[in-house]
Amino acid sequence: MRAIVLADSDRPLFEWRWVERNADNILQRLGEHLALTATALAAGLVVSIALAVLSLRWRWFYPVALAGAGALYVIPSLGAFALLVPFFGLSFTTAVIPLATYTLLILLRNIVTGIQQVPADVREAAVGMGFTRARLLVSVELPLALPVVIAGLRVAAVTTIGLVTVTSMLGMGGLGFFIRQGIQTTTPNPTAIIVGIVLSIALAVVVDFLLWLSERLLAPWARKKVRA
Amino acid sequence: MSNIFSEAWDWLGEPNRWSWSDPAGIPYRTVEHLSFSALSLVIAAALTVPTALWLAHYRRGAFLASSLVNIGRAIPSFGLIILFWFLASRWELNTDFWPLLIALVALALPPLFTNTYAGVISVDADAVDAARGTGYTEAQIMFRMELPLALPVILAGARVAFLQLVATVAIGAIVNDGGGLGRYIVDGFAQGRAGYGEILAGGLAVIVLALLCEGAFSLITRFAVPKGLNLENAKQPQTL
Repeated sequence: MRAIVLADSDRPLFEWRWVERNADNILQRLGEHLALTATALAAGLVVSIALAVLSLRWRWFYPVALAGAGALYVIPSLGAFALLVPFFGLSFTTAVIPLATYTLLILLRNIVTGIQQVPADVREAAVGMGFTRARLLVSVELPLALPVVIAGLRVAAVTTIGLVTVTSMLGMGGLGFFIRQGIQTTTPNPTAIIVGIVLSIALAVVVDFLLWLSERLLAPWARKKVRA
Repeated sequence: MSNIFSEAWDWLGEPNRWSWSDPAGIPYRTVEHLSFSALSLVIAAALTVPTALWLAHYRRGAFLASSLVNIGRAIPSFGLIILFWFLASRWELNTDFWPLLIALVALALPPLFTNTYAGVISVDADAVDAARGTGYTEAQIMFRMELPLALPVILAGARVAFLQLVATVAIGAIVNDGGGLGRYIVDGFAQGRAGYGEILAGGLAVIVLALLCEGAFSLITRFAVPKGLNLENAKQPQTL
């Protein structure tokens, strides 16, 4: 797997020609990258909300869940992939599970913090109006927690987009495909490496900006005091 | 399914697998893994801690401190390793050592810088003024007050950085002869189905190493913090 070919010193560092020739492929890999990121974030969000609901109901559960998410966060990505490959093969599932588990720590923490920040009188007013526990969560607590949740989501999204490049070691495509391709062809292709890195960073910046924008639109009352 | 476990078990029992001096040995690879991670952390700390201390003491570069960690998160470590490997091979440098080292140092910079900066900033301004009033020079304030008081936060940053390093050294195996325990995983991937035992065992080894490092770091944090500084009260900025 290790590339032994020494770089061909004639090849320029960046060739627009290559980008033009590979435009379709680039779009396809960008799509794959987004699909992996979105699936991992969605799965992470669903699990985190479930864990947060349990944490808010039973106080003792929160430190346990947090410790579990912290331990998962510590696991190196390559180690996690290696653990799953023998069971799920080189597949989308193998790639998504670790990506999703890495989001749990930040998302769980931010959802719980966000909900805990909801003023007690708001909660009492809703209960007084006859809101059930579930409706209180969905239509009062989660919306009011939104700025903090989105702040967590931004960190999770940017981290995940960077990590998705590693899944190219599982043959998963995404922008990491170009990074790998850059050293796998007989003459290393710096353009592919640079395209992979730059687009991955650009994607992270764009997604981060869109999430920031959505927070502005969805929670306009919280302009001032947002913090992760 | 069960024969994957027995394959992994058999792999663990192969000759030289527990050797300290043979490249096939898990102890050999563990030492390699840790020394690469530790060397990068030390270099990164030597570069960032004094700089961030100085900048934070004079309240300069706040924007850098807040944006560096986000930039760091967005840069794919995998891409960085391969890019540096490519550049090293083009300039005919040693491709086994420098590319990985430089990529690792670059990755460790943001959390160390941001946390040192945040830690120094959060030192009580009254205490600093009091020290100045009793005749401390600025250098003494920095090294005798701000640095020790910021230590818990700096160590929290070092911990984040080190875990990232341990994870990334493994990825480095893709271009590197070393790559520590990641070597087994990458070699296993190259063999397809026949490599599953090695992949599983190698993956477990990397995970155990990371968890042990995390444990060791929490112990270091407990003992290295100055007496009288309660960790619980230390303000921990966003370090994730």
